[in-house]
Amino acid sequence: MIAARRLDKISRLMGSRATPSAFLKAFNKESLLWIESLNPKVRLLGNDDGDAVRFSTYHYSSNCNHSPTNKVLRNLPAHVKIVEVGPRDGLQNEKEIVPTSTKVQLIKMLVSSGLTVVEATSFVSPKWVPQLADAKDVMDAIQNIQGARFPVLIPNLKGFEAAVSAGAKEVAIFASASESFSKSNINCSIEDSLARFRDVVSAAREISLPVRGYVSCVVGCPVEGIVPPSKVAYVAKQLFDMGCSEISLGDTIGVGTPGTIIPMLENVMNVVPIDNLAVHFHDTYGQALSNILTSLQMGISTVDSSVSGLGGCPYAKGASGNVATEDVVYMLNGLGIETNVDLEKLLLAGDFICKHLRRPPSSKTAVALSSKKANSKL
Amino acid sequence: MSSLEEPLGFDKLPSMSTIDRIQRFSAGACRPTVDDMGMGNCWIEGRGCSTSNSCDEDYEEYKGEAFPWRRHVRDASEGEAFNRRPKSLSKNRMKFGHVCKSRNLPDQHYSSKCTERGIRGITNKFLNGIPKFVKIVEVGPRDGLQNEKNIVPTSVKVELIRRLVSSGLPVVEATSFVSPKWVPQLADAKDVMKAVCDIEDARLPVLTPNVKGFEAAVAAGAKEVAIFASASESFSKSNINCSIEESLARYRAVCLAAKEHSVPVRGYVSCVVGCPVEGAIPPSKVAYVAKELYDMGCFEISLGDTIGVGTPGAVIPMLEAVMAVVPAEKLAVHFHDTYGQSLPNILISLQMGISTVDSSVAGLGGCPYAKGASGNVATEDVVYMLNGLGVKTNVDLAKLMLAGEFISNHLGRQSGSKTAVALCRVTADASKIR
Repeated sequence: MIAARRLDKISRLMGSRATPSAFLKAFNKESLLWIESLNPKVRLLGNDDGDAVRFSTYHYSSNCNHSPTNKVLRNLPAHVKIVEVGPRDGLQNEKEIVPTSTKVQLIKMLVSSGLTVVEATSFVSPKWVPQLADAKDVMDAIQNIQGARFPVLIPNLKGFEAAVSAGAKEVAIFASASESFSKSNINCSIEDSLARFRDVVSAAREISLPVRGYVSCVVGCPVEGIVPPSKVAYVAKQLFDMGCSEISLGDTIGVGTPGTIIPMLENVMNVVPIDNLAVHFHDTYGQALSNILTSLQMGISTVDSSVSGLGGCPYAKGASGNVATEDVVYMLNGLGIETNVDLEKLLLAGDFICKHLRRPPSSKTAVALSSKKANSKL
Repeated sequence: MSSLEEPLGFDKLPSMSTIDRIQRFSAGACRPTVDDMGMGNCWIEGRGCSTSNSCDEDYEEYKGEAFPWRRHVRDASEGEAFNRRPKSLSKNRMKFGHVCKSRNLPDQHYSSKCTERGIRGITNKFLNGIPKFVKIVEVGPRDGLQNEKNIVPTSVKVELIRRLVSSGLPVVEATSFVSPKWVPQLADAKDVMKAVCDIEDARLPVLTPNVKGFEAAVAAGAKEVAIFASASESFSKSNINCSIEESLARYRAVCLAAKEHSVPVRGYVSCVVGCPVEGAIPPSKVAYVAKELYDMGCFEISLGDTIGVGTPGAVIPMLEAVMAVVPAEKLAVHFHDTYGQSLPNILISLQMGISTVDSSVAGLGGCPYAKGASGNVATEDVVYMLNGLGVKTNVDLAKLMLAGEFISNHLGRQSGSKTAVALCRVTADASKIR
């Protein structure tokens, strides 16, 4: 077994980027063997005394002040919170309705992988989102799950009341940085939607219910094209000022690259504290992970993602949508960033839902690791 | 974040030409220009409620002023620290594939007054180191097609190469002179070289395993060759049947012969992060092999994450070690997208000063070590990101996509490039409404 003191030493040497238990959780035995092979003197699974200094140097700290590593990775957060949106943002896009029991099982498996926030469902009218018409039943079934928060999406006060009576302890609202998208998507102007949401947030505050605010189209809009960062900042500030505890910035059509993400984030960070921001990138053009990396470099520490990349893009049929949680966790693990997520258990959750949907995961990490597993059994 | 009502269908969008739509969705299209920062031409004014989703009891009707929020935006922008230089950049239009014409553009976008948090300082640090021009080495015809089960006819290979060259790619790896016993897919190397000998707009290196292969390549008209060593002893033995040292000795002979013929040699290092047999590869080993290749005369060293396991956390120490012994401008990165990590790895490499990136059109070339998993990073996705960063590549994304479409159609499967799939879908839907 791993000596607790050695882990302490290692995690301290790693610049306090991981607590010992998180370090253990983040790396399974295979990975620990791998890490050991980096430096023969490091023993994580044995009894030898080891000098872990070289190990930490290999990964992301460097003694030299002029080392490029400092510039590139210095400001990365030590811990990133992942907000799992698969059961809501993912499943609401499915053609075939997923049974309540499957949804609940998925949520349970996601929670058991260590995810602490799992967006469970949505109280938007079933007329518009029939896939989540069973919102109340889902909430019933997950009432007793400990260890995670289950925010639910709501469009207005009516949806809020339905959510609360169904047992929701956290809600999410969504405004757009694009006027056209706001009108097409939720049938009202940005200002009208903000006014609507002020009522919701007011009501939520009365019962001390946290509210998360989404901003959609933070880079581009399918109708308008470019969305200026100033508009994104305006909407984000409005949501924050009205009482949202967290603002999630969504690149709804996935067109962003670091070149557009940075000015957008700069503008928003001017008016909303960075600790209250999250990024929600779509992988439609394959840009999500590099956008996430850029956001981390700028100090963002909350990332939305969807198990197995559930949730296509409704604006480019057949194209991918949400970034896959497995791919995000893989990258964060490699950066030494703590997430509390057990990749193996996450893979099981993804495997479960993909088997039900009868298609392979939209996560390259999941495909690669399951193929590796299959080959090793031969 | 997707639509919570009926998804916005394309029949509800204003009609546009296909190219216009591509422009809207190209990386450059969504980069804010000074033009569009203002409250001006973009905003659709005075439209009433869309009739697509009729109001019902779930939504209250508002009869407020059409755009009261414009006033709010103006107020918000008063306090904005976003520093706008006078627009000298009339050329900064959303031209497809030629987005950034000015070296000042990045500054215009994200240099701004510092806040108390000093955030601006950080972002400048991230992006100022990124090269203004990146050379893309297209490996699809070789690294991509050598992995195909069904042998692609010579004529198709040649057509692919021609299309790739016409998209502006400066270097296209044309084929390989490895024995057809090992790589039957490229047994027609001589015929391919013959058919492309007239191409002048791009360099067409070919892979050669030894002096014999080198001689065959030169006889077939090759003007540039590539050799490949491994940073992993086990991989070297299983892949090319000899130790690292033995392979280096072999390649010294090739480099010597190449020098005599004035043929440039590119050196590949494989398994620069991980090996399917050994696991993690120490950066020092990668640096050793890279230095040996450089010292023997290779003009460029391409560092390959053969099984795609790298993340920025592993790539950085590896690059640091190599850059200590080989100049950054002589280095290229060759990441595989097996775990979806290649674009962040490329971004990190650019931040560290690397300015040559290998990629494969349509993501051709799977991973032979994880069946069904993806391999090479798709050139379209790389170009999309570089366009968005304002980095010049000389590559026309539309023409590149045509090349990708051509080969994907032949292979009878969807492109491995998300950018290509997204843009195709967008244009396919657009063309239906015309």
